[in-house]
Amino acid sequence: MNEIIEVKGRAIPKPEDNQNTDDICPARFLKEITFANMGKYAYFDERFPGGQENPDHPFNNARYKGANILVAGANYGCGSSREHAPQALKRFGIDAIVAVSFAEIFAGNCEAIGIVPVTVDNERGDLSYLLKCVREHPEDPVKICVAAQEIYFADEMSATIPCNMPKARRQAFLDGTWDILSVLQQDPKEVERTMKRLDYLNW
Amino acid sequence: MAKGTLYNKVLDKHTVRILPNGKRQLFVGRQVGHEVTSAPAFETLRERELEVACPHLTFFTLDHVIPTDCRDRPYKDEQAELMAKTLEDNVAEFGLEATFFEPDSDKNGVCHVTFPEQGVIWPGQVVVCGDSHTCTYGALGALAFGIGTTQVGHVLATQTLAMDELKVKQIRVSGDFKKGVTVKDLALGKISALGVKGGVGFVEEYTGETIDNMSTEERMILCNMVVEGGARAGYVNPDLKTIEFLRGREFSPLWYSFPAAIKSWMEIRSDKNAEYDDIVKLNVSDIGPRVTWGVNPGQSISIYGEVPLPKNDEEKDELEYMDLKAGQLIQGIPVDVVFIGSCTNGRLTDLIQAAEILDGRKVKVRTLVVPGSEEVKKYAEAMGLADIFQKAGAEWRYPGCSMCLAMNPDRLEGYERCASTSNRNFKGRQGSPTGRTHLMSPYTAAATAVHGKITDPGRFVK
Repeated sequence: MNEIIEVKGRAIPKPEDNQNTDDICPARFLKEITFANMGKYAYFDERFPGGQENPDHPFNNARYKGANILVAGANYGCGSSREHAPQALKRFGIDAIVAVSFAEIFAGNCEAIGIVPVTVDNERGDLSYLLKCVREHPEDPVKICVAAQEIYFADEMSATIPCNMPKARRQAFLDGTWDILSVLQQDPKEVERTMKRLDYLNW
Repeated sequence: MAKGTLYNKVLDKHTVRILPNGKRQLFVGRQVGHEVTSAPAFETLRERELEVACPHLTFFTLDHVIPTDCRDRPYKDEQAELMAKTLEDNVAEFGLEATFFEPDSDKNGVCHVTFPEQGVIWPGQVVVCGDSHTCTYGALGALAFGIGTTQVGHVLATQTLAMDELKVKQIRVSGDFKKGVTVKDLALGKISALGVKGGVGFVEEYTGETIDNMSTEERMILCNMVVEGGARAGYVNPDLKTIEFLRGREFSPLWYSFPAAIKSWMEIRSDKNAEYDDIVKLNVSDIGPRVTWGVNPGQSISIYGEVPLPKNDEEKDELEYMDLKAGQLIQGIPVDVVFIGSCTNGRLTDLIQAAEILDGRKVKVRTLVVPGSEEVKKYAEAMGLADIFQKAGAEWRYPGCSMCLAMNPDRLEGYERCASTSNRNFKGRQGSPTGRTHLMSPYTAAATAVHGKITDPGRFVK
């Protein structure tokens, strides 16, 4: 199984609230047959307004190049259920997202492809603190520990903040069952028993 | 947690087992789909050398990229042709031809219009689709929700999926609609009142006299917009209208099974003493025609209202994007394009409303009327609605998703402003990264087409 115990790397800030799936991956790129090119389309309209590169956009900014932990705001990923947006982030190189809150379908889609979505409490200013650190020191390492639900950053742990995710999701990463297809295939007999119970299958 | 609701009953019936991670493995009664979210799922099957588990419970249509002006193959847009061809090849490879509503067949159309119309969706089923507006099917008493492409692959391979528990919010709707006000206005008003996040974590059960009085098609408008309020699914308990709607449709239960079906559908209705996690009451008597001013469906106001003051910097940017000023009347804002159609408002009843206003009048701006399915198109033409639209100067098109999300050639250009009966006004949604969308009802959109600016439909409606 494909256990995810922790995510290590560097962070990239994108903290506006209500970032929707069209912001993350504009709808016109849905036409692509597979997800192979989606990394190029992450935040495309913001990164290249009118075809011109915006060098200040975090996804273009050299300071954050190679970062794999996205730091986001509230209701991140609202909008569509399609997976192109999380796939765009994944293929851009994002392995985890720290946000104040997530749109539910989006967080589920992240889990399904192995992106770790965690929330932090911003009423205590945790997100603002993390953002400040990341912006001042984008080169510093960041680590999300899935088991302990903590985010460590700077020089291995001089600073930590707590983070959260639903229990079931955390367990899925820890025991590798986020790769759910293999789990669903485990008990075909029970599926047959359920089908017998469903009268409508005979209508 | 809720008890005795349709949600609880349908969930229990379909539960295969509780997975080690606490989720439920649910059997899926129907998977329906389209070209956009299926290709990678079929790829997964190929990679893992799996077959489609239940082909007879798996239905596909082609709707998102299909052109609505000229249907000659190959489609002019190479990418669209590639997507169409890929779905057709996958359908053939995995043996799904019998349940494929192929382009230009009499069953083709927008998934959420054609599948209910053909009797594919029944009360008490778990229905999934790789599309967020799958919640539409709740109008028939199905437990229906959108899933991601990876999950589409899970369901293709196992006819099951893993699901978290949800809470149930009962939304009691009372009152009568005023003249010119429709279920679309209720849907927009509800999201405005409860917020785009108000439904997160919930399934919404719609009930009350106003819902009882709605046709099944109108219930679909309401359930279609449920996801825009943050809920995963919404439903109406099946009743006599549901039964009448399903009687005799192509894929409905066969006649000799129909009595058993009715009995079963009545049994899965929420109990009288069912318990809910939350209850909300809405009254439609005070709702007027509503129009969005911003870039999410929660940002709507009454058509008599003014664009509100921005509450924060984000809203300030949004107003700038929309090229609107706080305090400006929403009525009278000139538009460049009117789009009537989509899985929200592309059904016959919606076109009848638009035609009521366009009959004997002329449109002042480019107006696209796109039926939701071949069936809708056929009836609209037989009823003379298509003639009314064409005489009014509107374009009458083949069915498809069209300008709702502009994955086909129907799109806004530059800074064009569109009055749209669709469900999303996100930035760039209608094909131009700088395009502007105002969501509204078919009545309001038709009235807007006549004047070329956002117009109260009240005085046009008999």
